Amino acid sequence: MMRAFKALLARDLRLATRVGGGGGMAVFFFLVVVSIVPLGIGPDLNLLAMVAPGMLWVGLLLSALLTLDRLFQADFEDGSLDLLMTGDLPLEMVVVAKALSHWLTTGLPLVVAAPLLGLLLNLDVAAFPPLMFAMLIGAPALSFLGTIGAALTVGVRRGGLLASLLVMPLYIPVLIFGVGAASAAVAGMPEGVAAQSFGLLAAVGLVSLVIGPVAAAAGLRANLR
Amino acid sequence: MSMLSASQRLQTFANPTRFMALSGRIVGPLAIVSACLLGAGLYYALFDSPPDYQQGDTVRIMYVHVPSAWLAMFGYMVMAGASAMALIFRHPLADVCAKSAAPIGAAFTFLALVTGSLWGKPMWGTWWVWDARLTSVLILFFLYLGYIALWTTIEEPLRAARATAVLALVGAVNVPVIHYSVVWWNTLHQPASVFRLDGPSIASSMLVPLALMALGFTALFITLLLVRMRAEILRRRVRSLLMARARA
Repeated sequence: MMRAFKALLARDLRLATRVGGGGGMAVFFFLVVVSIVPLGIGPDLNLLAMVAPGMLWVGLLLSALLTLDRLFQADFEDGSLDLLMTGDLPLEMVVVAKALSHWLTTGLPLVVAAPLLGLLLNLDVAAFPPLMFAMLIGAPALSFLGTIGAALTVGVRRGGLLASLLVMPLYIPVLIFGVGAASAAVAGMPEGVAAQSFGLLAAVGLVSLVIGPVAAAAGLRANLR
Repeated sequence: MSMLSASQRLQTFANPTRFMALSGRIVGPLAIVSACLLGAGLYYALFDSPPDYQQGDTVRIMYVHVPSAWLAMFGYMVMAGASAMALIFRHPLADVCAKSAAPIGAAFTFLALVTGSLWGKPMWGTWWVWDARLTSVLILFFLYLGYIALWTTIEEPLRAARATAVLALVGAVNVPVIHYSVVWWNTLHQPASVFRLDGPSIASSMLVPLALMALGFTALFITLLLVRMRAEILRRRVRSLLMARARA
């Protein structure tokens, strides 16, 4: 089973890097979203510094949402998803492989770009480590929870926006705890608050590692039977 | 009837025709019962219950706001329970029940949010605050809307039934979060006064109208649910008749 898993993961990584567009476009979108925030709320640097952790997390979420239909749609259209469903590898592991490749090709580039974009928003340099750490913990949760929305809307015409709407309520705990972790250290809150947010963020991430593939596999079976 | 086991009794409802016959007999009396309960509850709520010592007569919004919030959570649990029946036991009418419950639950959630907002302005001085209870109820509203959106987007009913069932079960974790949000977080919304381990901390002159309104709302929910389920079954019959005619 590990061979099949690794083969699927390698295939998805190769496709993502060769066909391209996924990671690069997501980072580009992240850059654009972060750039229009000061145009919207004004260039006051103090205000920007206060909203920077939150706006960076919102940008991360929106960028992740945009790339969700790459998870299953292309394979559904050319029939590979049907083959994967009838193969030896359990469907849940197929979803794990796809979520992993999504995280590696989209989530990680976004997380790496975040502190640099934080400079655009006058983010306090002391907040860079907790922000990166929080996003590193939160990004897998975004990929794994995102598979649920992508699986439920696979094969639906014009289903891209619907997938984002379905996944958004699931992303909200990640957002709340991620921003709490990123900004608690900077906002001068007592020592335990940041650790509490990190702990809850990690808990949501661990739960998503299980619920994501199980629910997504059920959704794929519902849509493709 | 009492000699049948629970699963046998549930299976009697699996036949749509029998369900239509049974529900047709229940809906009328149940509507009258809910009207009576709501009427009695409203009388006690608006006239016969005491004003709050701090809030005065504004407290009477509670008699609509709290039952709406209870029904919002109850509606989602009905939806999630029916979805579990549909996915695990393949009960034929379970997906009809879940699909029918969603708009009613969404309406009660909206009512809870709006009445809460109208109550919050005179009491807290603000129409909205982003505390744990209000945020989690808003997330519940989004879950309802997403569920309804998925039903309308997927065209084949069987496929839509299974996909929406998965979605309802994934979102079910939000309901205990709503209930315990005032315990786990420091919120502006007041803590639980009725469903507590120590028993209700609310005066009985207020608890009785509240209970009447809650029972009336629940009877209304079930009435509307049965009406919507009957409409959905008829809609599916029309659809299969149209498809049969198109094939001929």
